[in-house]
Amino acid sequence: MDIQKALFDYTLRLGDNALILGHRLSEWCGRGPILEQDIAMTNIALDLIGQARSLLQYAGEIEGKGRTEDDLAFLRDITAYRNVLLVEQPNEDFAFTIVRQFFYDNYSFHFYTALLQSTDETLAAIAEKSLKEVRYHLRYSSEWMIRLGDGTEESNQKMQKALNQMWMYNGELLTMNETDRVLLAAGIGVDLEALKPACEAKLAEILAAATLEMPTGTWMQKGGKEGKHSEHLGFILAEMQYLQRAHPGATW
Amino acid sequence: MQTIVTENEIWEILENVMDPEVPVLSVVDLGVVRAVTIIDNAVEVTITPTYSGCPAMNVIEINIKATLQAAGFNKVTVKTILSPAWTTDWLSEAGKEKLRAYGIAPPVGRSIDEHALFGAEKKVACPQCNSNNTKMLSQFGSTACKALYKCNDCLEPFDYFKCL
Repeated sequence: MDIQKALFDYTLRLGDNALILGHRLSEWCGRGPILEQDIAMTNIALDLIGQARSLLQYAGEIEGKGRTEDDLAFLRDITAYRNVLLVEQPNEDFAFTIVRQFFYDNYSFHFYTALLQSTDETLAAIAEKSLKEVRYHLRYSSEWMIRLGDGTEESNQKMQKALNQMWMYNGELLTMNETDRVLLAAGIGVDLEALKPACEAKLAEILAAATLEMPTGTWMQKGGKEGKHSEHLGFILAEMQYLQRAHPGATW
Repeated sequence: MQTIVTENEIWEILENVMDPEVPVLSVVDLGVVRAVTIIDNAVEVTITPTYSGCPAMNVIEINIKATLQAAGFNKVTVKTILSPAWTTDWLSEAGKEKLRAYGIAPPVGRSIDEHALFGAEKKVACPQCNSNNTKMLSQFGSTACKALYKCNDCLEPFDYFKCL
């Protein structure tokens, strides 16, 4: 794989992660458990969709075929999406949403911190911008992990169940594929393996404070980075892309 | 007629371009305008977003162009940059005062602070009654750049422009 192709794939993945998770969170709009959390989740969704816009815009530039961020978001089919499986998992209840968010925030805080050192100036600039927002997200999801884990018996059980069921999607975030290896060698990408100790330490710290048990499963689900998705993504795209598919080029 | 315009004049004109979501602050007060350059009568204004998803950026770009065109500058381009990333440290002192008068508590302290989890909560003074007896209700408020607070003395809820 040449560097240009890898860089497109990589930037697409980062953009798709932010876009799909942002879309998932936006599904809470008007349905949050209380008003403040409704607003918080939609705020985080907005940050993520903003990050996705910068990333997909850059992906379009790298590709050089004139595709805009909107073309990439609204006119790609499911197998062209490069997001990890974690972010397409359904919201289920607030516990699932918080666990999914914490896994992603813990990863993205450490990932963007490392990406600041990228030799690719645009990716480093996007990392610098995103990191400021991600700090607030990580604080938010960590606080809720603890509040609900160390809350009532019922909230603890719901969190433990969500944690156990989401666990198999946590591994893909830090699993290297060929794209990662090509870009790491080029000084552009991040060494995901090297992030593991810090991510695991943070996870252990939060779970301990939340009185939640660390899941023990070692088998991790993967495939999203190569375009092999769960059926959930199809439903997200059907809703997200409907307008542009039904009325190509529609604007308002 | 060829007139010589200085970059300072452009900066002065931009002080009339208000942020659409916090209309008491100009884009200059807010620190969103990073540079102004003039080459052969063409003006280039460089801006940076407060937050990645800030929905006001398109409107700000349109307003900058419209205001400069109304002042007689026909060749205006607006460029967006992401680095260095915007920080509340760039809010002018005058801007902070305007925020307070408008009912939004300005950022307290510098942005480069603890990213430690559960750092002590900052004392944010109520913009209505100036009491320090306030409580954060939510880290996320009516827009991405604000948190929601409540004053325990006058009981008014208020927005806090959070440090970034």
